[in-house]
Amino acid sequence: MQRHLISAADLTRDDAVLILDTAEEMARVADRPIKKLPTLRGRTVVNLFFEDSTRTRISFEAAEKRLSADVINFTAKGSSVSKGESLKDTAQTLEAMGVDAVVIRHGASGAPYRLATSGWIDAAVINAGDGTHQHPTQALLDAFTMRRRLVGRDAGLGRDLSGRRVTLVGDILHSRVARSNVDLLHTLGAEVTLVAPPTLVPVGVGAWPCEVSYDLDRTLSKSDAVMLLRVQRERMNAAFFPTEREYSRRYGLDGDRMAKMPEHAIVMHPGPMVRGMEITAEVADSDRCTVVEQVANGVSIRMAVLYLLLGGNEPAVTHPRTEEK
Amino acid sequence: MGKILIRGAKVLGGERQDVLIDGGTIEEVGDGLPAEGAEVVEAAGRVLLPGLVDLHTHLREPGREDSETVLTGTRAAASGGYTAVFAMANTFPVADTAGVVEQVYRLGREHGYCDVQPVGAVTVGLEGRKLAELGAMHESAAGVTVFSDDGKCVDDAVIMRRALEYVKAFGGVVAQHAQEPRLTEGAQMNEGVVSAELGLGGWPAVAEESIIARDVLLAEHVGSRVHICHLSTAGSVEIVRWAKSRGIDVTAEVTPHHLLLTDELVRSYDPVYKVNPPLRTERDVLALREALADGTIDIVATDHAPHPHEDKDCEWAAAAMGMVGLETALSVVQQTMVETGLLDWAGVADRMSHKPAEIGRAHGHGRPVSAGEPANLTLVDTAYRGEVDPAGFASRSRNTPYEGRELPGRVTHTWLRGRATLVDGKLA
Repeated sequence: MQRHLISAADLTRDDAVLILDTAEEMARVADRPIKKLPTLRGRTVVNLFFEDSTRTRISFEAAEKRLSADVINFTAKGSSVSKGESLKDTAQTLEAMGVDAVVIRHGASGAPYRLATSGWIDAAVINAGDGTHQHPTQALLDAFTMRRRLVGRDAGLGRDLSGRRVTLVGDILHSRVARSNVDLLHTLGAEVTLVAPPTLVPVGVGAWPCEVSYDLDRTLSKSDAVMLLRVQRERMNAAFFPTEREYSRRYGLDGDRMAKMPEHAIVMHPGPMVRGMEITAEVADSDRCTVVEQVANGVSIRMAVLYLLLGGNEPAVTHPRTEEK
Repeated sequence: MGKILIRGAKVLGGERQDVLIDGGTIEEVGDGLPAEGAEVVEAAGRVLLPGLVDLHTHLREPGREDSETVLTGTRAAASGGYTAVFAMANTFPVADTAGVVEQVYRLGREHGYCDVQPVGAVTVGLEGRKLAELGAMHESAAGVTVFSDDGKCVDDAVIMRRALEYVKAFGGVVAQHAQEPRLTEGAQMNEGVVSAELGLGGWPAVAEESIIARDVLLAEHVGSRVHICHLSTAGSVEIVRWAKSRGIDVTAEVTPHHLLLTDELVRSYDPVYKVNPPLRTERDVLALREALADGTIDIVATDHAPHPHEDKDCEWAAAAMGMVGLETALSVVQQTMVETGLLDWAGVADRMSHKPAEIGRAHGHGRPVSAGEPANLTLVDTAYRGEVDPAGFASRSRNTPYEGRELPGRVTHTWLRGRATLVDGKLA
């Protein structure tokens, strides 16, 4: 494992499987009456959020607290950042207060990479989503969810996603979730297909390790998992597609389309969902849809990442690495 | 001003010769010239070029003296072997009136390191709506002949047409920053494989090429000449080549960084590589070199764009666009054009001195190295190899993409009208 987690592309297959396996151990903790481990006692983690994201921040915060870390939450709004303080100064200020890890969400692609590589600070950096670049813990929790559902909770341990077919549908162009998932799923041996109107596929996608299709109906029957991505409001009036209704008709997942998917196939969404746009209520509420599971799995994955990057004071209870010794 | 004898210089890279300077003028070029009464500079086989001329420099004064001034910028120019620079109009206030261009012109003359020829804005405030007083700027003491909204594209086709037509009255030229604004909203880097992966907003080649195509057709239609700033794509080369084959009066420049660097460097997210137009692909770089060699691209211009440290020591999206270039331009050209066999030193003199002076009507610059010509000269130690160290720059800014990179060649002497501005690599 590296010191930082910036991009899903930086993870080897073994790194990724180790994180997923560790997350299974962490998930067991969540099933106990006392959901807390002492592993990061005395360590300080700051959640440095330059972009609003209550869900991701809460997920990280829950993970940090379950590992007994001291948690500092920093949101840009109303802070010195809005008065013109630079990322460098903000980070250095926080580090001077004795921070061991920085979980950063930033609107600028590459901001976590800069933070990790510019010599500004020494703390470990975990990317919680940067611009339209990467969101590696999201990809990890998605892979974790797929492995549980498609391979099995116990059967999945030590295994990757070889041969599984995953379809990502929606705004690929502006999606850090799509980029992270393509990288990680490829590393884990899955076959990825991106489905979107051509306007929402980046120029240069040909170099990505995946297929691209403009036709959702033709890919559904060949999918073990279909992940829907939100189309943000601000895209609606920028000529990426004519109308919300037309997008929904061509790329939205409704009950009829879901019926074309194989029996075992799951429907995923990183949230927040726009019901009636990319997903109908019927699909969102079906038991094939893993949205709520993904949220729960997010906490386990973030615990695993924090544990592996910060190397806890004490081993995680039944961590595979300690068992091997 | 005394006599100077430059002994044993390879004039334009040719045979060793002596060059005698007297009173600001080249007195004689030949073998075994007498040294009596002259200060002797032993060239020892270094290459003597006409003083370089940069058609595209940002001196930042007035308004952004924290990044560069006319003094620091012209000292950087002299260090890089330049004897004349064209100062772009995007200052604060904008150089869109006779008053501002005269101020910049006079500062250049007073400091005396390098002639400063101001470029006038095409439109008031670079806003693209209303023509600036082009005639007044031309008639001012600054004698402006090059007009550009550089930094911004004159994207309104009618304004561009009128500007092209209007400056014909006094032999002016419009230098276009070719960037279709709508296609480049939020653009952060070249649009392609790397931008797709990095999640940075794409600046597509077509945004440059479509404007160049439009403007060469406009220039043809109204019978004007047009100059293309910092041409950066293989497609733009094809359009300019086609236009020249049709007899359209178009000239084009390429920057040193577009001759050497590619968008692969952006993977570092280090804003020192953030520039407009952006670094392109290897294929573009090779096409640009080829075009500079065959004359499709007429000149090298630095687009020297100084920025203070804090504007580059940040995340990519927040960083300013631009690189300093005056002090490394000749070295980059030596590496990319001379050492690849694409240009000889006479070719370098043509692309970096004769042609830019001709396009900008910089009188007394870009002249042959021969008797009776103004003694604007640059002596280059082409055998030198060294790592670029920004700490040694004369420029006030340090935003170079070449820090720590080994580049060939070093300017040792620069003479402006017979007066040394650089001696043994040190500013005079």
